[in-house]
Amino acid sequence: MSLFDWFANRRKETALTPMQPEREIADGLWTKCEACGVMIYSKDLHGHQLVCPECGHHHRVSSSERIQQLIDPHTWRPLDENLVSCDPLQFKDRKPYSDRLREYQEKTGLKDAVQTGLGQLEGLPIALGVMDFAFMGGSMGSVVGEKITRLIERATWEHIPLVIVCASGGARMQEGMLSLVQMAKTAAALERHRSAGLLYIPVLTHPTAGGVTASFAMLGDIIIAEPKATIAFAGRRVIEQTLREKLPDDFQTAEFVQKCGFVDVIVPRTQLKSTLAQLIRLHQPVAGQVSSTLLPKSFPLMAMAEESL
Amino acid sequence: MANERRTLLLEFEKPLVELEAQIQQVRDKSSEFGVDVSEQIRELEERAKQLRYEIFSKLTPGQTLQVARHPRRPSTLDYIQAISEEWIELHGDRRGSDDPAIVGGIGRLNGQPVVMLGQQKGRDTKDNVARNFGMASPGGYRKALRLMEHANRFQMPILTFIDTPAAWAGVDAEKFGQGEAIAYNLREMFRFEVPIICTVIGEGGSGGALAIGVGDRLLMFEHAVYSVAPPEACAAILWRDAQKAPQAAEALKITARDLLKLGIIDEIVPEPVGAAHSNPVEAAENLKAALLRNLAEVQALSSSERRELRYQKFRRMGVFSEVV
Repeated sequence: MSLFDWFANRRKETALTPMQPEREIADGLWTKCEACGVMIYSKDLHGHQLVCPECGHHHRVSSSERIQQLIDPHTWRPLDENLVSCDPLQFKDRKPYSDRLREYQEKTGLKDAVQTGLGQLEGLPIALGVMDFAFMGGSMGSVVGEKITRLIERATWEHIPLVIVCASGGARMQEGMLSLVQMAKTAAALERHRSAGLLYIPVLTHPTAGGVTASFAMLGDIIIAEPKATIAFAGRRVIEQTLREKLPDDFQTAEFVQKCGFVDVIVPRTQLKSTLAQLIRLHQPVAGQVSSTLLPKSFPLMAMAEESL
Repeated sequence: MANERRTLLLEFEKPLVELEAQIQQVRDKSSEFGVDVSEQIRELEERAKQLRYEIFSKLTPGQTLQVARHPRRPSTLDYIQAISEEWIELHGDRRGSDDPAIVGGIGRLNGQPVVMLGQQKGRDTKDNVARNFGMASPGGYRKALRLMEHANRFQMPILTFIDTPAAWAGVDAEKFGQGEAIAYNLREMFRFEVPIICTVIGEGGSGGALAIGVGDRLLMFEHAVYSVAPPEACAAILWRDAQKAPQAAEALKITARDLLKLGIIDEIVPEPVGAAHSNPVEAAENLKAALLRNLAEVQALSSSERRELRYQKFRRMGVFSEVV
């Protein structure tokens, strides 16, 4: 190979190296708000939980940053960090699934699209799951389904409330039916958590769609959403294509879904932690008062009532 | 009739139909000229039988998808009427709607009262429009749930029949909580104490199928399909080309044989050679036999055992590795 060829090859290689994908929040000193375009000092933006101080737009948060926002310092104990997908269908579309997985793992530093663990929120012990949209659109395959199911089972076992921050395009197609049945698997675990008399609060962030909407996202005792988050079962484009008509701008926003009756409260991110704490405290038994759910089934309530007369 | 037959003909069935036409020709000729050709006809018929077997024993996933969607394929109501001694259809979700895309009611199977329900595709274009091609709205899933609650209350086993391209994606479906309706069914079906047996009879598409698909046993007809998303939608997203549906069907592993290997389904219900639409009576007999056998097995368990096993069955689903 001549030196000239070597240079030519080198140039070709550099040209073929894909550009680093632009991060939503650049590492630079200043960040431009996606919605209003105002320049914000990046440190301030992160200090403001990635909510634009000017227009209130909620920028996307990574799962790690979300955990920091919600969990008291030094109390986070991650669970099942070693679960990885092993491409059970040997799936290949325009690119092999195994390559995609590796790319996203490198890009995000995560093994899959959800982080789960136990921690304290304003001193209250909770089980927390946080989905990460940056990992294959937060899609749910075997690993996401398994980690969430294990988290729910752990919450039931420890008898603590459960919070899942949802952000997902839905089931992960690259794992076919194995992905679809994760919807049932997580719902099964939630049925047991619920039967144990425990509180579950999903937080729906932008976007929450498809198989995640149609399973654990909609099964909360109380459902919280972030302002303007897209919450949908079928995607807007799918509906527009079937109906051949344009849908109103606010269709499938958190505010729209709340009006339809499927979201309890829309909470700005800056108030999320305190709202969750408030709700969890409201579901705790009051000291000194006997909670009937804590009594054994055969407890003679009538006898007790008579005695107090 | 001939015209209709041609439109309902699947591409890969053509050699078979040509051979059958040939047999008919020979028959006509023989009666015309009064020659005995029974030997040749027997030979040709044997060949047709062989050919039919060969074609249907090695369908590609794309072809299986076509068979599963065949307009003459028996529907939920066809099977219900074929397998039960009596049947009364019930209506309404008690929340303001009665979705015709899901049918349900109480029937008697081998002397035993059961609740049966499933998605219902239309028998012709007009019927299909009325039934929304078997794509249920939230009201449909809530109707299914209401009937299952009824079954649970009166200790009747639940038999569900899955046959839908997907849950309906429309403005009203979103407004009335399609996601919530499906999710709710998934959770509640784990609560019911009575036996639940689900069968994919045709097309099982996405959450719309799963919403009545949580049971103690999941059976699937030999040429039925069950898919995380309609292969066309999957192709449009992953290949950026809806025409790549056959490739998507291949990659998604949607056939009964693949899903048995993946641990998603429990049993394959055999179809007559030439698929269920060629002999609906035989298909219904096979279905009934499989249902009765599975029902007897799960009925032998106590309700708490059954619920625990149902939980464990779904708990095991998924493939991943745990690196240390």
